Amino acid sequence: MNKKIKFRVNGKKVEAEVPTNRLLIDYLRYDLGLTGTKEGCSVGVCGACTVLMDGDMITSCLTLAVMVDGHDITTVEGLAKNGELNPVQKSFIQYGGFQCGICTPGQVVAATALLKENPKPNEEEIKDWMMGNLCRCTGYYKIIESIEKAHQFAK
Amino acid sequence: MIPFEYRTPKNLKEVNATLQEFGSDAKLIAGGTALVIMMKQRLVRPSCLVSLRSVRGLNAIELKNGGISIGGLATHREVEGSSLIRRRLPMLAETYHHVATLRIRNMATVGGGLAHADPNQDPPPSLIALSATIKATSVNGSRMIPLDEFFKDYYESVLAQDEIITEVMVPKLAPNTGAAYIKFLPRTADDYATVSAAAVLTLDKTKKTIADVRIALGSVGVTPIRATAAEAVLRGQPLKADGFAEAGEKAKEAVDPVSDFRGSAAYRPSRAGKSPGGHSSAIES
Repeated sequence: MNKKIKFRVNGKKVEAEVPTNRLLIDYLRYDLGLTGTKEGCSVGVCGACTVLMDGDMITSCLTLAVMVDGHDITTVEGLAKNGELNPVQKSFIQYGGFQCGICTPGQVVAATALLKENPKPNEEEIKDWMMGNLCRCTGYYKIIESIEKAHQFAK
Repeated sequence: MIPFEYRTPKNLKEVNATLQEFGSDAKLIAGGTALVIMMKQRLVRPSCLVSLRSVRGLNAIELKNGGISIGGLATHREVEGSSLIRRRLPMLAETYHHVATLRIRNMATVGGGLAHADPNQDPPPSLIALSATIKATSVNGSRMIPLDEFFKDYYESVLAQDEIITEVMVPKLAPNTGAAYIKFLPRTADDYATVSAAAVLTLDKTKKTIADVRIALGSVGVTPIRATAAEAVLRGQPLKADGFAEAGEKAKEAVDPVSDFRGSAAYRPSRAGKSPGGHSSAIES
Protein backbone atom coordinates (compact mmCIF):
# COMPACT_ATOMS: atom_id res chain seq x y z
CA MET A 1 0.00 0.00 0.00
CA ASN A 2 1.28 3.42 -0.97
CA LYS A 3 0.66 6.93 0.27
CA LYS A 4 1.49 10.32 -1.22
CA ILE A 5 3.73 12.54 0.86
CA LYS A 6 5.27 15.99 0.52
CA PHE A 7 8.19 17.09 2.61
CA ARG A 8 11.55 18.85 2.48
CA VAL A 9 14.88 17.17 2.79
CA ASN A 10 17.90 19.44 3.22
CA GLY A 11 15.78 22.33 1.94
CA LYS A 12 14.66 20.57 -1.25
CA LYS A 13 11.01 19.75 -1.84
CA VAL A 14 10.19 16.09 -2.26
CA GLU A 15 6.86 14.80 -3.54
CA ALA A 16 6.53 11.06 -3.72
CA GLU A 17 4.35 8.06 -3.36
CA VAL A 18 5.89 5.77 -0.76
CA PRO A 19 4.97 2.33 0.54
CA THR A 20 3.44 2.79 4.01
CA ASN A 21 5.88 0.27 5.46
CA ARG A 22 8.96 2.07 4.11
CA LEU A 23 11.19 3.27 6.96
CA LEU A 24 12.55 6.80 6.73
CA ILE A 25 16.16 5.57 6.82
CA ASP A 26 15.55 3.24 3.87
CA TYR A 27 13.69 5.95 1.98
CA LEU A 28 16.58 8.39 2.49
CA ARG A 29 19.29 5.89 1.61
CA TYR A 30 17.80 3.79 -1.17
CA ASP A 31 15.18 6.03 -2.77
CA LEU A 32 16.84 9.44 -2.39
CA GLY A 33 20.46 8.20 -2.45
CA LEU A 34 21.32 10.06 0.76
CA THR A 35 23.58 7.36 2.11
CA GLY A 36 25.26 9.56 4.73
CA THR A 37 22.71 8.43 7.31
CA LYS A 38 23.74 5.02 8.62
CA GLU A 39 21.83 2.16 10.14
CA GLY A 40 23.39 0.57 13.21
CA CYS A 41 21.21 -1.19 15.75
CA SER A 42 17.79 -0.84 14.00
CA VAL A 43 16.05 -0.47 17.39
CA GLY A 44 16.61 3.20 18.24
CA VAL A 45 19.53 2.79 20.61
CA CYS A 46 22.79 3.53 18.78
CA GLY A 47 22.16 6.94 17.19
CA ALA A 48 23.83 6.21 13.84
CA CYS A 49 20.57 6.99 12.01
CA THR A 50 20.01 10.37 13.70
CA VAL A 51 18.40 13.02 11.46
CA LEU A 52 16.63 16.26 12.32
CA MET A 53 12.90 16.72 11.90
CA ASP A 54 11.97 20.42 12.11
CA GLY A 55 15.28 20.87 13.96
CA ASP A 56 14.74 18.12 16.55
CA MET A 57 16.74 14.90 16.58
CA ILE A 58 14.80 11.77 15.66
CA THR A 59 15.61 8.14 15.02
CA SER A 60 15.12 7.49 11.31
CA CYS A 61 15.19 3.69 11.75
CA LEU A 62 11.99 3.86 13.85
CA THR A 63 10.24 6.50 11.76
CA LEU A 64 8.00 5.56 8.85
CA ALA A 65 8.57 7.62 5.72
CA VAL A 66 4.85 8.52 5.72
CA MET A 67 5.34 10.17 9.13
CA VAL A 68 7.49 12.98 7.72
CA ASP A 69 4.71 14.27 5.48
CA GLY A 70 4.68 18.06 5.84
CA HIS A 71 7.94 18.24 7.80
CA ASP A 72 11.51 19.42 7.23
CA ILE A 73 14.20 16.75 7.40
CA THR A 74 17.91 17.51 7.67
CA THR A 75 20.48 14.78 7.10
CA VAL A 76 24.25 15.01 7.40
CA GLU A 77 24.35 15.95 3.69
CA GLY A 78 22.41 19.10 4.52
CA LEU A 79 24.78 20.50 7.14
CA ALA A 80 27.35 22.07 4.80
CA LYS A 81 26.19 25.31 3.17
CA ASN A 82 27.49 26.34 -0.29
CA GLY A 83 30.26 23.80 -0.06
CA GLU A 84 31.44 25.00 3.36
CA LEU A 85 31.35 22.54 6.25
CA ASN A 86 29.52 23.60 9.40
CA PRO A 87 31.48 24.36 12.62
CA VAL A 88 30.85 20.89 14.06
CA GLN A 89 32.14 19.19 10.92
CA LYS A 90 35.26 21.39 10.85
CA SER A 91 35.91 20.70 14.52
CA PHE A 92 35.54 16.92 14.10
CA ILE A 93 38.21 17.10 11.39
CA GLN A 94 40.49 19.43 13.32
CA TYR A 95 40.31 17.49 16.60
CA GLY A 96 39.99 13.93 15.28
CA GLY A 97 36.41 13.29 16.36
CA PHE A 98 36.14 10.03 14.43
CA GLN A 99 37.88 6.74 13.87
CA CYS A 100 36.11 4.20 11.63
CA GLY A 101 33.43 6.76 10.73
CA ILE A 102 30.23 4.71 10.88
CA CYS A 103 28.79 6.64 13.83
CA THR A 104 30.09 10.01 12.60
CA PRO A 105 27.08 11.24 10.59
CA GLY A 106 24.85 10.62 13.63
CA GLN A 107 27.37 12.21 15.99
CA VAL A 108 27.74 15.30 13.79
CA VAL A 109 23.98 15.74 13.32
CA ALA A 110 23.37 15.30 17.07
CA ALA A 111 26.16 17.73 17.99
CA THR A 112 24.81 20.27 15.49
CA ALA A 113 21.42 20.08 17.23
CA LEU A 114 23.14 20.54 20.60
CA LEU A 115 25.06 23.62 19.51
CA LYS A 116 21.91 25.20 18.15
CA GLU A 117 20.39 24.98 21.64
CA ASN A 118 23.58 25.54 23.60
CA PRO A 119 26.41 27.21 21.60
CA LYS A 120 29.11 26.52 24.24
CA PRO A 121 28.24 23.30 26.06
CA ASN A 122 30.49 22.01 28.83
CA GLU A 123 31.64 18.40 29.13
CA GLU A 124 28.70 17.29 31.31
CA GLU A 125 26.16 18.88 28.98
CA ILE A 126 27.82 17.22 26.00
CA LYS A 127 27.76 13.80 27.68
CA ASP A 128 24.10 14.17 28.65
CA TRP A 129 23.06 15.20 25.14
CA MET A 130 25.28 12.77 23.22
CA MET A 131 24.53 9.81 25.51
CA GLY A 132 22.45 8.13 22.80
CA ASN A 133 25.16 8.22 20.12
CA LEU A 134 27.36 5.19 20.49
CA CYS A 135 30.90 4.89 19.07
CA ARG A 136 32.04 1.30 18.74
CA CYS A 137 35.66 2.44 18.40
CA THR A 138 35.11 4.10 21.82
CA GLY A 139 36.61 7.32 20.51
CA TYR A 140 34.57 9.36 22.94
CA TYR A 141 37.30 11.67 24.29
CA LYS A 142 38.02 13.09 20.86
CA ILE A 143 34.31 13.37 20.05
CA ILE A 144 33.71 15.34 23.27
CA GLU A 145 36.74 17.54 22.57
CA SER A 146 35.54 18.22 19.01
CA ILE A 147 32.13 19.33 20.25
CA GLU A 148 33.59 21.40 23.10
CA LYS A 149 35.78 23.29 20.64
CA ALA A 150 33.27 23.57 17.76
CA HIS A 151 32.33 27.11 18.81
CA GLN A 152 35.80 28.23 17.64
CA PHE A 153 34.65 27.60 14.08
CA ALA A 154 31.38 29.50 14.39
CA LYS A 155 31.25 32.85 12.69
CA MET B 1 7.04 -5.08 8.02
CA ILE B 2 3.88 -6.34 6.43
CA PRO B 3 2.06 -3.69 4.32
CA PHE B 4 -0.71 -1.76 6.05
CA GLU B 5 -3.05 1.16 5.51
CA TYR B 6 -1.89 4.45 7.02
CA ARG B 7 -4.61 6.90 7.99
CA THR B 8 -4.12 10.44 9.28
CA PRO B 9 -7.36 11.60 10.91
CA LYS B 10 -7.42 15.28 11.89
CA ASN B 11 -9.53 15.07 15.05
CA LEU B 12 -10.81 12.55 17.61
CA LYS B 13 -14.08 12.08 15.76
CA GLU B 14 -12.24 10.96 12.64
CA VAL B 15 -9.94 8.78 14.76
CA ASN B 16 -12.95 7.04 16.28
CA ALA B 17 -14.53 6.52 12.86
CA THR B 18 -11.32 4.97 11.48
CA LEU B 19 -11.02 2.69 14.50
CA GLN B 20 -14.62 1.55 13.97
CA GLU B 21 -13.91 0.87 10.30
CA PHE B 22 -10.92 -1.41 10.95
CA GLY B 23 -11.92 -2.89 14.30
CA SER B 24 -9.36 -4.93 16.17
CA ASP B 25 -6.99 -4.93 13.17
CA ALA B 26 -6.18 -1.24 13.63
CA LYS B 27 -3.44 0.16 15.85
CA LEU B 28 -3.03 3.72 17.02
CA ILE B 29 0.37 5.27 16.42
CA ALA B 30 1.81 8.50 17.82
CA GLY B 31 5.61 8.61 18.31
CA GLY B 32 5.96 5.05 17.03
CA THR B 33 9.17 4.31 18.96
CA ALA B 34 7.71 1.20 20.61
CA LEU B 35 5.16 0.10 18.02
CA VAL B 36 7.50 0.30 15.00
CA ILE B 37 10.00 -2.00 16.76
CA MET B 38 7.22 -4.50 17.48
CA MET B 39 6.05 -4.28 13.86
CA LYS B 40 9.58 -4.81 12.55
CA GLN B 41 9.77 -7.95 14.68
CA ARG B 42 6.29 -8.93 13.43
CA LEU B 43 5.02 -9.22 16.98
CA VAL B 44 2.28 -6.82 15.92
CA ARG B 45 0.75 -6.98 12.43
CA PRO B 46 -1.96 -4.33 12.08
CA SER B 47 -3.89 -3.99 8.83
CA CYS B 48 -4.18 -0.27 9.49
CA LEU B 49 -2.16 2.29 11.43
CA VAL B 50 -4.27 5.17 12.68
CA SER B 51 -1.88 8.05 13.17
CA LEU B 52 -2.60 10.54 15.94
CA ARG B 53 0.12 12.86 14.67
CA SER B 54 -2.27 15.20 12.85
CA VAL B 55 -4.68 15.48 15.77
CA ARG B 56 -4.26 18.94 17.32
CA GLY B 57 -4.79 20.12 20.87
CA LEU B 58 -3.78 16.98 22.73
CA ASN B 59 -0.28 17.97 23.82
CA ALA B 60 -0.93 20.78 26.29
CA ILE B 61 0.70 20.76 29.72
CA GLU B 62 -1.27 23.03 32.03
CA LEU B 63 -2.61 23.67 35.52
CA LYS B 64 -6.01 22.13 36.12
CA ASN B 65 -7.88 21.99 39.45
CA GLY B 66 -4.63 22.72 41.27
CA GLY B 67 -2.93 19.72 39.65
CA ILE B 68 -1.19 19.29 36.33
CA SER B 69 -2.89 18.08 33.19
CA ILE B 70 -0.66 16.51 30.53
CA GLY B 71 -2.11 15.90 27.07
CA GLY B 72 -1.79 12.34 25.81
CA LEU B 73 0.20 13.49 22.78
CA ALA B 74 2.74 15.55 24.75
CA THR B 75 6.19 14.13 24.05
CA HIS B 76 8.52 12.92 26.79
CA ARG B 77 10.77 15.85 25.90
CA GLU B 78 7.90 18.31 26.38
CA VAL B 79 7.26 16.95 29.89
CA GLU B 80 10.95 16.98 30.76
CA GLY B 81 11.33 20.56 29.53
CA SER B 82 8.02 21.98 30.79
CA SER B 83 8.73 24.91 33.12
CA LEU B 84 5.44 24.21 34.92
CA ILE B 85 6.42 20.61 35.70
CA ARG B 86 10.02 21.50 36.57
CA ARG B 87 8.72 24.05 39.06
CA ARG B 88 5.86 22.07 40.58
CA LEU B 89 6.90 18.44 40.18
CA PRO B 90 10.62 18.30 39.46
CA MET B 91 10.57 14.57 40.20
CA LEU B 92 8.30 13.99 37.19
CA ALA B 93 10.54 16.05 34.88
CA GLU B 94 13.52 13.99 36.11
CA THR B 95 11.64 10.74 35.56
CA TYR B 96 10.93 11.62 31.93
CA HIS B 97 14.55 12.74 31.51
CA HIS B 98 15.59 9.19 32.48
CA VAL B 99 13.71 7.63 29.55
CA ALA B 100 16.00 6.29 26.80
CA THR B 101 17.71 9.00 24.73
CA LEU B 102 16.82 12.50 23.60
CA ARG B 103 15.89 11.23 20.12
CA ILE B 104 13.36 8.82 21.59
CA ARG B 105 12.06 11.47 24.01
CA ASN B 106 11.52 13.83 21.05
CA MET B 107 9.25 11.22 19.46
CA ALA B 108 7.62 9.13 22.20
CA THR B 109 4.39 10.49 23.69
CA VAL B 110 3.09 10.29 27.25
CA GLY B 111 -0.11 8.50 26.26
CA GLY B 112 1.66 6.17 23.84
CA GLY B 113 4.20 5.16 26.47
CA LEU B 114 1.51 4.27 29.00
CA ALA B 115 -0.59 2.40 26.43
CA HIS B 116 2.51 0.33 25.56
CA ALA B 117 2.34 -1.02 29.16
CA ASP B 118 5.91 -2.21 29.31
CA PRO B 119 6.67 -2.94 33.01
CA ASN B 120 10.26 -1.69 32.61
CA GLN B 121 9.38 1.90 31.76
CA ASP B 122 10.31 4.84 33.98
CA PRO B 123 7.15 6.99 34.05
CA PRO B 124 4.61 4.44 35.42
CA PRO B 125 6.12 4.06 38.94
CA SER B 126 6.41 7.83 39.33
CA LEU B 127 2.91 8.50 38.01
CA ILE B 128 1.45 5.76 40.25
CA ALA B 129 3.22 7.19 43.30
CA LEU B 130 1.87 10.63 42.35
CA SER B 131 -1.73 9.23 42.25
CA ALA B 132 -2.10 10.06 38.56
CA THR B 133 -5.28 9.28 36.66
CA ILE B 134 -5.62 8.82 32.93
CA LYS B 135 -8.51 9.92 30.76
CA ALA B 136 -9.44 7.33 28.13
CA THR B 137 -11.68 8.53 25.31
CA SER B 138 -13.64 6.51 22.77
CA VAL B 139 -16.74 6.82 20.64
CA ASN B 140 -18.72 6.02 23.82
CA GLY B 141 -17.33 9.00 25.73
CA SER B 142 -14.59 9.28 28.32
CA ARG B 143 -13.65 7.55 31.56
CA MET B 144 -11.03 8.27 34.20
CA ILE B 145 -8.78 5.36 35.25
CA PRO B 146 -6.44 5.61 38.27
CA LEU B 147 -3.03 4.58 37.00
CA ASP B 148 -2.56 1.97 39.75
CA GLU B 149 -5.56 0.12 38.25
CA PHE B 150 -4.44 0.58 34.64
CA PHE B 151 -1.81 -2.11 34.07
CA LYS B 152 -3.11 -5.66 33.76
CA ASP B 153 -0.28 -7.91 32.58
CA TYR B 154 2.92 -7.93 30.54
CA TYR B 155 2.30 -5.28 27.82
CA GLU B 156 -1.41 -5.32 28.68
CA SER B 157 -3.61 -2.61 30.15
CA VAL B 158 -7.33 -2.20 30.82
CA LEU B 159 -7.57 0.09 27.79
CA ALA B 160 -10.13 -1.12 25.24
CA GLN B 161 -9.21 -1.42 21.56
CA ASP B 162 -11.04 1.79 20.67
CA GLU B 163 -9.88 3.91 23.61
CA ILE B 164 -7.30 6.70 23.33
CA ILE B 165 -5.36 8.18 26.24
CA THR B 166 -6.19 11.86 25.82
CA GLU B 167 -4.97 13.17 29.15
CA VAL B 168 -2.93 12.29 32.22
CA MET B 169 -4.00 14.13 35.36
CA VAL B 170 -1.52 14.52 38.22
CA PRO B 171 -3.12 15.91 41.38
CA LYS B 172 -1.59 18.65 43.50
CA LEU B 173 0.83 17.43 46.17
CA ALA B 174 -0.24 17.85 49.82
CA PRO B 175 1.81 20.26 51.97
CA ASN B 176 5.05 18.85 53.47
CA THR B 177 5.38 16.35 50.64
CA GLY B 178 8.53 15.11 48.96
CA ALA B 179 8.77 12.95 45.86
CA ALA B 180 11.64 10.99 44.37
CA TYR B 181 12.35 8.51 41.58
CA ILE B 182 15.38 6.23 41.69
CA LYS B 183 16.53 3.99 38.86
CA PHE B 184 19.13 1.30 39.39
CA LEU B 185 21.08 0.86 36.17
CA PRO B 186 23.82 -1.73 35.79
CA ARG B 187 24.81 -0.83 32.23
CA THR B 188 24.19 2.39 30.32
CA ALA B 189 22.19 5.48 31.24
CA ASP B 190 19.70 5.02 28.39
CA ASP B 191 18.78 1.47 29.38
CA TYR B 192 15.78 0.09 31.20
CA ALA B 193 16.26 -0.27 34.95
CA THR B 194 17.07 -3.48 36.79
CA VAL B 195 14.78 -2.09 39.46
CA SER B 196 13.23 1.36 39.71
CA ALA B 197 11.27 2.91 42.55
CA ALA B 198 9.18 6.01 43.07
CA ALA B 199 7.93 7.36 46.38
CA VAL B 200 5.77 10.29 47.40
CA LEU B 201 5.94 10.92 51.13
CA THR B 202 3.92 13.40 53.20
CA LEU B 203 4.86 14.44 56.72
CA ASP B 204 2.36 15.67 59.29
CA LYS B 205 2.41 19.19 60.78
CA THR B 206 5.22 18.34 63.20
CA LYS B 207 7.32 17.25 60.20
CA LYS B 208 8.51 14.27 62.25
CA THR B 209 5.84 11.69 61.50
CA ILE B 210 4.90 10.16 58.16
CA ALA B 211 1.28 11.06 57.46
CA ASP B 212 1.05 9.30 54.11
CA VAL B 213 3.28 7.56 51.59
CA ARG B 214 2.90 5.92 48.19
CA ILE B 215 5.60 3.65 46.83
CA ALA B 216 5.65 2.08 43.36
CA LEU B 217 8.27 -0.20 41.82
CA GLY B 218 9.20 -0.85 38.19
CA SER B 219 10.94 -3.79 36.44
CA VAL B 220 9.97 -6.16 39.28
CA GLY B 221 7.06 -8.02 37.74
CA VAL B 222 4.76 -8.17 34.72
CA THR B 223 3.33 -4.75 35.63
CA PRO B 224 4.56 -1.82 37.71
CA ILE B 225 3.82 -2.75 41.34
CA ARG B 226 2.55 -0.63 44.20
CA ALA B 227 4.25 -1.67 47.46
CA THR B 228 1.19 -1.30 49.69
CA ALA B 229 2.57 -3.40 52.57
CA ALA B 230 5.71 -1.26 52.66
CA GLU B 231 3.51 1.86 52.67
CA ALA B 232 1.48 0.50 55.62
CA VAL B 233 4.65 -0.04 57.66
CA LEU B 234 5.65 3.60 57.23
CA ARG B 235 2.28 5.32 57.61
CA GLY B 236 1.93 6.99 61.03
CA GLN B 237 5.53 6.19 61.95
CA PRO B 238 8.29 8.60 62.91
CA LEU B 239 10.73 9.47 60.13
CA LYS B 240 13.54 7.06 61.08
CA ALA B 241 15.92 4.73 59.29
CA ASP B 242 14.53 1.61 61.09
CA GLY B 243 11.12 2.16 59.56
CA PHE B 244 12.58 2.39 56.06
CA ALA B 245 14.55 -0.84 56.60
CA GLU B 246 11.35 -2.64 57.59
CA ALA B 247 9.51 -1.13 54.60
CA GLY B 248 12.34 -2.41 52.41
CA GLU B 249 11.71 -5.94 53.66
CA LYS B 250 8.01 -5.57 52.82
CA ALA B 251 8.87 -4.22 49.36
CA LYS B 252 10.85 -7.40 48.67
CA GLU B 253 7.73 -9.47 49.39
CA ALA B 254 5.64 -7.42 46.96
CA VAL B 255 7.72 -8.15 43.89
CA ASP B 256 7.55 -11.03 41.45
CA PRO B 257 10.33 -10.34 39.00
CA VAL B 258 11.20 -11.83 35.64
CA SER B 259 14.82 -12.78 34.92
CA ASP B 260 16.57 -11.06 32.05
CA PHE B 261 20.05 -9.80 31.23
CA ARG B 262 19.55 -6.76 33.47
CA GLY B 263 19.25 -8.89 36.60
CA SER B 264 18.01 -12.32 37.68
CA ALA B 265 14.69 -12.94 39.40
CA ALA B 266 16.65 -14.00 42.50
CA TYR B 267 18.67 -10.77 42.60
CA ARG B 268 15.96 -8.19 41.95
CA PRO B 269 14.06 -8.47 45.28
CA SER B 270 17.18 -7.57 47.25
CA ARG B 271 17.63 -4.54 45.00
CA ALA B 272 13.96 -3.58 45.46
CA GLY B 273 14.38 -3.84 49.23
CA LYS B 274 17.12 -1.23 49.13
CA SER B 275 15.01 1.30 47.25
CA PRO B 276 12.84 2.72 50.09
CA GLY B 277 15.97 3.35 52.19
CA GLY B 278 17.54 5.15 49.28
CA HIS B 279 14.45 7.28 49.00
CA SER B 280 14.45 8.45 52.61
CA SER B 281 17.62 10.40 51.91
CA ALA B 282 16.52 11.51 48.44
CA ILE B 283 13.25 12.92 49.78
CA GLU B 284 14.84 14.75 52.69
CA SER B 285 17.37 16.45 50.44
